[in-house]
Amino acid sequence: MKQVGYALDEPERLDATFAALADPIRRAILARLAQGDATVKEIAAPFPVSQPAISRHLKVLEGAGLISRGRVAQRRPCHLEGRQLRLVVDWLETYRGYWAEAYGRLDELLDELQAGDDVRQSSGGREGQGT
Amino acid sequence: MTAKTLRVTTPTPTDIVLTRVFNAPRHLVFDTLTKPELLRRWFGARGWRLVECEVELRVGGSWRFVSVGPDGLRMGQGGVYREIQAPDRLVYTESYDDQWVPGESLVTTVLTERAGLTTLQTTLRYSSPEVRDLVLATPMERGVGESYDRLDEVLASR
Repeated sequence: MKQVGYALDEPERLDATFAALADPIRRAILARLAQGDATVKEIAAPFPVSQPAISRHLKVLEGAGLISRGRVAQRRPCHLEGRQLRLVVDWLETYRGYWAEAYGRLDELLDELQAGDDVRQSSGGREGQGT
Repeated sequence: MTAKTLRVTTPTPTDIVLTRVFNAPRHLVFDTLTKPELLRRWFGARGWRLVECEVELRVGGSWRFVSVGPDGLRMGQGGVYREIQAPDRLVYTESYDDQWVPGESLVTTVLTERAGLTTLQTTLRYSSPEVRDLVLATPMERGVGESYDRLDEVLASR
């Protein structure tokens, strides 16, 4: 039976998620939210950028499904969405997949090269063996 | 039987270390890393093939690869050899034409051989932790579909 990757139905979401993560401030925001929910003001405090700038970052993170905003009037605390982050972590496993696959081809090539070496060695001493 | 598993570790904030054992003497493994005719046969992601592969194997010499991927996408990468100690050590810089990995990285490859098995350890050092993290996230730039195919196979093989 063919297994289907868990993320297959969400490639676009994943694109947005990785784009969102490709920014140090946004990653720092996620790290902050990993400690617990926080308001925009609380999140912005340690950063040398304006609160509106932080709000824009939060919007990107929210669009990527990495955070959600609470409905409590005014405060609207931000909440880390672990599920989407988990998806990313799972996806990162495929970085290993990329190299694992290339190295798999290298295994085959090395086997072939060694077979060639063996042929040369076993025919060693016999002059005139074709090249 | 050797477990041909690839280990990926991130020992420092700027590094990615790939470790893999090959069932071959290291001079052969070294050849596959430095000879264009051999590199063409294994290097790169599925769906991508090396269409240009130039290696000027001397300290200060340059290397350049161009790969063509799905939908004719082209990706160029290259750098300069810093250290060459065949068959056990190779150090070179690497950067990408389109800057999908920003800046230049330093790649250090160390080969150790024991009982006919070669351990290949590749340390990729990026210009900042941010770039390193970006790289970990980037194989999808090369075609998320292929990656999912691989994921399928990995899952199916279990």
